[in-house]
Amino acid sequence: MTDKARDAILQRLRNRQPGFDTPSQRVAIETPSWPMEARIAQFKSMLESVRAEVHVVEPENWTDCLKTLVAEKQINNLLYAKQGPLAEAIEAAWGDTLLPELVCDERPVDEWKEEIFFQTDAAVTSARAAIAETGSLVLWPDAFEPRTWSLVPPVHFVIVDGEKLYNTFAEVVEAEQWARQMPTNALLVSGPSKSADIQQTLAYGVHGPTELIVILKASS
Amino acid sequence: MQQRVDFHSRIEQALGNPQLKASLRSAMDGLMANRKACFPDADALEALRLRGAQIRANALSKLPQLLLQLEQRCTQNGIRVHWAESVDEANGIVLGIMREHQAELLIKGKSMVSEEMDLNRFLEAQGIECLESDLGEYILQLAGEPPSHIVAPAIHKTRQDIARLFKEKFPDIPYSDDVDTLTRNARGILRKKFYAASAGLSGVNFAVAESGTLCLVENEGNGRMCTTVPPVHIAVTGIEKVVEKLAHVPPLLKLLTRSATGQHITTYFNMISGPRRTGEKDGPKEVHLVLLDNGRSRIYEDNELVNTLRCIRCGACMNHCPIYTRIGGHAYGTTIPGPIGSILEPQKAGLDNLGELPVASTLCGACAEVCPVRIPIPTLLNRLRYERIRSDHDGATHGQGSGRTRKEAAIWKAWSWLHRSPVRYRLALTLATRLRKILPLGLGPWTRVRKPPRIAAKNLHRRAREEGFNDR
Amino acid sequence: MAEQKRYPAKPKKAYFFATCLVDLLYPEAGLAGMQLIRREGVEVIFPQDQTCCGQPAWNSGYRDEAREVALRQLACFTDNYPIVVPSGSCAGMMRHHYPEMFRERADQASIEAFSSRVYELTEFLVHVLKIELKDLGKPIKVALHTSCSARREMGVADEHEALLKQLSKVELMTQARKEECCGFGGTFAVKQPAISAEMVSDKANAIADTGADLLVSGDCGCLMNIGGHLDYRDAAIEHRHIASFIWERTHATEG
Ligand code: SF4
Repeated sequence: MTDKARDAILQRLRNRQPGFDTPSQRVAIETPSWPMEARIAQFKSMLESVRAEVHVVEPENWTDCLKTLVAEKQINNLLYAKQGPLAEAIEAAWGDTLLPELVCDERPVDEWKEEIFFQTDAAVTSARAAIAETGSLVLWPDAFEPRTWSLVPPVHFVIVDGEKLYNTFAEVVEAEQWARQMPTNALLVSGPSKSADIQQTLAYGVHGPTELIVILKASS
Repeated sequence: MQQRVDFHSRIEQALGNPQLKASLRSAMDGLMANRKACFPDADALEALRLRGAQIRANALSKLPQLLLQLEQRCTQNGIRVHWAESVDEANGIVLGIMREHQAELLIKGKSMVSEEMDLNRFLEAQGIECLESDLGEYILQLAGEPPSHIVAPAIHKTRQDIARLFKEKFPDIPYSDDVDTLTRNARGILRKKFYAASAGLSGVNFAVAESGTLCLVENEGNGRMCTTVPPVHIAVTGIEKVVEKLAHVPPLLKLLTRSATGQHITTYFNMISGPRRTGEKDGPKEVHLVLLDNGRSRIYEDNELVNTLRCIRCGACMNHCPIYTRIGGHAYGTTIPGPIGSILEPQKAGLDNLGELPVASTLCGACAEVCPVRIPIPTLLNRLRYERIRSDHDGATHGQGSGRTRKEAAIWKAWSWLHRSPVRYRLALTLATRLRKILPLGLGPWTRVRKPPRIAAKNLHRRAREEGFNDR
Repeated sequence: MAEQKRYPAKPKKAYFFATCLVDLLYPEAGLAGMQLIRREGVEVIFPQDQTCCGQPAWNSGYRDEAREVALRQLACFTDNYPIVVPSGSCAGMMRHHYPEMFRERADQASIEAFSSRVYELTEFLVHVLKIELKDLGKPIKVALHTSCSARREMGVADEHEALLKQLSKVELMTQARKEECCGFGGTFAVKQPAISAEMVSDKANAIADTGADLLVSGDCGCLMNIGGHLDYRDAAIEHRHIASFIWERTHATEG
């Protein structure tokens, strides 16, 4: 059935009238470009405007920042990727018994769905890049930091490197040559989950995390 | 599809509902103000809209090639591509996938194409539960209503309406009309469903041909849930949603979110390019893409009407439409309401069914002024008015000529006869002026809320002569 | 979107196209427009063979009928003078839709030449005649309704305002949602009377809320609609075409 449908659809599309004019004027689109300090300020203010938290810290201090935050927020357990890019620093910094338990389950998520859905307080993941214009994090979830980690627990900490802070989405796509190699799932996250479906009133934490906390590593 | 009588009675019904009027007005005012705040620079906006129009027009001009490329890239990425000529075929494909997996619960993200397919009703008749997970869509599913706006589906409801609905459906949860509480309750209920669902369904905002990537725009995270947690993900989309390159996505995304709700970006922008790969710990094991035609290829045949298919479903045209703002989405009786619905839906369902829609417009142009891909909606409305009454049956539009009545055609013939002859016209002018006291001007509906206009004692032709203005 | 328009220098002569509504119902508006132009030293020609721009038929889908009538107008304005129209709607028809109407037809080039000579009255006064107005009237509060075609097709909303702002005793009041359509829409008002009634009533409320004494508009369709509704309500708000209003407040200078 579907091959027949395919051929019929394509056939009809090829039958179109000739001379379909596409607007061909050249358009120059101005794209913003900020020096680093302003770029960080833009990134921060955009994310904060949608109720995300942004902490800009010296690169060597990010684990201290994370520790303070998890304590403040009374997180009981924190999901992290044992084989991920943040593991070494986190493990070295932890050790304090007052800190939440570090959890890492390396099985496929289907096998411990119950825990991640109903018993996990927070997750920490890295971001591949970030975008100043819109206050967005670029995530490419992988085998170590799976997709659900940034989605299911109510609190999501993201660690991002200031050097990877781009001006715009277009710039990321081009600079990183995305067209050559797309992952299974590439994602822009620009705040905690939200909805305005009830009487145009914003509510946070609909299906994804209620809190998004970004730690941006940048040397002053 | 509802008939014309229904259209009128739905309009009357909407206009007779003061609460609906108030909700719509304040919602549309808010959406318009938000959009405006997002585009502070008029020139930059115009440049971006032109770019958006070019990207979409470019994609349409190469549609067959791009669809093939999309199919090929998706297949390489492990996505299974299905083609459907009609809604029935598309429903059949989804059902087949569900059956293959003995899946009993389909959890859905927001998808206007699934509304077009009336998928929920279809699957439920087959014993498969369909659950909407977008908060607005979920509320409407509980209420048993279709969406009334493509971006803000429950815009016609107040929070008290919703609170009462929740109380009725979930008597165990204490009544609350607090938006945060309502949201939290819905989160709790739906979370269990995400956990249990055997398949997830989503729409597609842009399908990128060069990389085989399906893009999904959303704020709540339900789209991510539907496309990540269940073992099977089914994406349904119209064949027009394809774009050529990944580089085309950022400008379209920018236009879409800003035009729709005045957000610089939505919370989540998902780019899905395949099922879970070896070693990955989550994500669906299967991804299916259903490409639906359902009348689109027919629209595609016409060089002017094809521009209907540029639409990126931002909803800005309805937010700015004075008619939509008065009657709301349900009155249209179509999947897509508002200005874009009034050009798209009659082309799909036929002018014989929905020919009233293009007529029900003042052609004020507010829609075209904001459309991020510059669809000339009033021009296309005008074109469809012509298609509706033309008598030569030369062209592709479905239901052509169906609105032509002898009486109306005769009136316009007479009008032309009068106005194409200066002598006859001047004679009529003089006659009208003579009889001005007794001529029944604007009787009927016009004078229900207006004083009739008065014919002047001397028409301008005469005044001009008297005041010494030369004829040549 | 109004493209960047270029305006000619002040001509010796200009044509005036009345529009059928002005002709029959608001001749004083047409006359005022012609007198304003004449006062600036331009000879105004009013071809007696003109009738209607064809828009009613065009917007109803009766394209052949519209073309037949449009062709007659072309024959009345053959010399290379500007054609001034006291209506955004009819000017929009003749400037923007005529080329569309005759697309891919033999006469296309001449139609385009014709269309490029069409100007809405206020833009002609402001940009071509560079008119300067001296207000002789009493202080008054005025609300302006700019028609959708004047605003969006012809892009002359600013010109309407600029003229009123030249009048020193006129206080221009701004109604809420001033960009919104008044609900006239030609046959729309008759085909969808209920929606149209709702729209015109909202528009009239917004205007009344400003406390204006008078409503002006550059389009007689809107004027007939909103004004007719204001009268129906017995509202204490007068209504006038912008040309009549300007002429009344400035014409004593002629002595
Ligand atoms: S027609 Fe334009 S404004 Fe309306 S929904 Fe489509 S893209 Fe948006």
